[in-house]
Amino acid sequence: MNVMAADQLTASRATREIEAGVPLWRAFVRWESALVFLMIATIIFGTMQSEHFFNTTTLFFVGLNMGEIAIMALPLTLIVITAEIDLSVASMLGLSSTLLGYLFQRGWPIAWCMVAVLVVGAAGGALNGWLITKLGLPSIAVTIGTLTLFRGIAEIILGTDSVGGYPQSLTNVGVLPIPGTQIAYSFGIFIALAIVFAVVLHATPVGRSIYAIGLQAEAAHFSGIRVDRIKFLLFVLSGLVCSFAGILWTLRFATSRYDAGTGLELTVVTIVLLGGVSIFGGRGTIVGVVLAVIIVGCLQEVLTLLTVDAQVQNIITGGLLLASVILPNTAEGVRRFRSRARRKP
Amino acid sequence: MAHLRLGRGAGVAAGLTAVMLLAAACSSSSSGGGATPSASTGSSTDSSAAPAAAGGIKKGLVIYFIPKDTQNPYEVIADKGGEMAMAELGGKVVVSSGTADTAAAQIPSIQAAIQAHADAIVIAANDPSALCPSLAQAQAAGIKVVAFDSDNTCPDHLFINQANTEEIGTSEVDLLAKEINSTGEIAILSAAATATNQNAWIGYMKKQLTKYPNMKLVSTVYGNDDPATSLTVLQGLLSAYPNLRGIISPTTVGISTAAQYLDTHKDLLKKITLTGLGLPSQMKAYVHSGTVKEFELWNPSDLGYLAAYAAAGLASGTAKLDTGSTFDAGKLKTYTVLAPAGDTGPSVILGPPFVFNASNVDQFPF
Repeated sequence: MNVMAADQLTASRATREIEAGVPLWRAFVRWESALVFLMIATIIFGTMQSEHFFNTTTLFFVGLNMGEIAIMALPLTLIVITAEIDLSVASMLGLSSTLLGYLFQRGWPIAWCMVAVLVVGAAGGALNGWLITKLGLPSIAVTIGTLTLFRGIAEIILGTDSVGGYPQSLTNVGVLPIPGTQIAYSFGIFIALAIVFAVVLHATPVGRSIYAIGLQAEAAHFSGIRVDRIKFLLFVLSGLVCSFAGILWTLRFATSRYDAGTGLELTVVTIVLLGGVSIFGGRGTIVGVVLAVIIVGCLQEVLTLLTVDAQVQNIITGGLLLASVILPNTAEGVRRFRSRARRKP
Repeated sequence: MAHLRLGRGAGVAAGLTAVMLLAAACSSSSSGGGATPSASTGSSTDSSAAPAAAGGIKKGLVIYFIPKDTQNPYEVIADKGGEMAMAELGGKVVVSSGTADTAAAQIPSIQAAIQAHADAIVIAANDPSALCPSLAQAQAAGIKVVAFDSDNTCPDHLFINQANTEEIGTSEVDLLAKEINSTGEIAILSAAATATNQNAWIGYMKKQLTKYPNMKLVSTVYGNDDPATSLTVLQGLLSAYPNLRGIISPTTVGISTAAQYLDTHKDLLKKITLTGLGLPSQMKAYVHSGTVKEFELWNPSDLGYLAAYAAAGLASGTAKLDTGSTFDAGKLKTYTVLAPAGDTGPSVILGPPFVFNASNVDQFPF
């Protein structure tokens, strides 16, 4: 039943697209192909501008710098497709790092610390999900609240202390690539997770339900999709994945600190939107997000290699974010306008 | 149908144009700095074979200066000092860092130094330990590490201490005590709660305060070296402690923000005395208007200059981390490496802190 309803919705969307003269596959492929072009342009630009760019060290560093951010972008992608948002991702990362350090400092075995952190991550996500689905509060307001809340709790737990002394076998994930490759561990994990997320989103009934919710939550609800339950679980998933990213972050820096990852939520949102996920829901692909990760990572790497001012780098990131919101919507608007104009006579 | 195709084409074209614009923006913003690092590293690779200059310092060394962030005026002056030193030594300084005072923002700069095969890194760490994995990567790549301004706890580096840590902490308390007759509630306006140097000074301030039983430290607040944040925490401080008599701000951003606020609130100024570490260029207006009587600092340009000489010496093998070994620092003469003590590894001290007041503040260009 669920599946059929979702299919119907997707089908009705497809009809709209065809009416407008755009086959469904084209609508999905267009933004991603622009991203492929942008990625190639970034790499060519980097190679031309700096002799140190095109090598395997860059691959490792980009993976290392982007790993946790990229991992957090995956559940956020699904959430944004359902037309919600989670801005508490980086604060959850910071809370996880703090909690890991707090428990480790108290002599807990590291494995138990990690399990506890993941449980707290899922609980934090459940808090978001509960406030949004049961109380019906807007996700942007709720997660701005928990953004401050999670960071505040972290600051209370550790204060200005920092915790180190993690086993070197674990902190090596921040220094060494996966043996035999130049891929950072966190990036390897991201790629594996991305494949799982892509299969779930693009090839299962759950994935189709997620799109359906984003296109029209009410219609999805009446056609039998358990909208609230799916949204709730997505927020739990986000909390869980972000706390996992917090563990990776802690090991990479070999340090726990309450301010870990401050401000990263903006980078994560930038990547999701640049990846072609519509901020209004109902549209987006995992492939697009993976491409966006690579583009942002390479761009940051090449700009740093060229010693471009950090302020200018921020401007470029901001420009990318704006462009990724404006361009697809302008294209859509133009298309709608034209199709309306065509129907008139 | 045809015009619809055109519409789609236009959409793609718009996308491509945006991409081109971005690419153009990147290249134009970087073209100035873009050519230089590659040219310089070309010479740095040669430098290993290049004949040693006078004093044994190799020519064409490339040193990465990684300040806490790229906008802190104090560190900009220190970086300039480093550039001056490397100009004397026939090498080159590349300044690279983030806009936020976080360890994560400094890591791409360390990586860039590794990829550019730099000879040394001079870093003011935003976190005492979180940069160690990255700095270890750099050291494994043969890069020498020098810390300045704010030390880190990572192994095998030389710390350029701006002034004796204990002396800075105690002298600021003494300075304030003199102005408020050693009596009343006082507070500290610091930078980031995680800054190593700030916390070390605050530790010695607390120790020194035990000598003044009538002075009571009621609060330490953190402005994160950001003027807006510093102002907010300062206002909170003033409303929470109406009997406050004195503020010590051991950071240039904090003291200038506080001075600016007190300067426009003369009623507060009647009872509150401000001192700390400030830049003469930023503070002279307030010294002349009477808002601040005395403050301290060392010469940040000399600090960068000394750090660059130390880094160049380490990279050339003429300076060592061994206790008692000496190295030449150009116009600053010779420095001796001090033994590790407590959390501090091998270090050298630039000199004693200097007190600025109305009689001398105009003489300093920084």
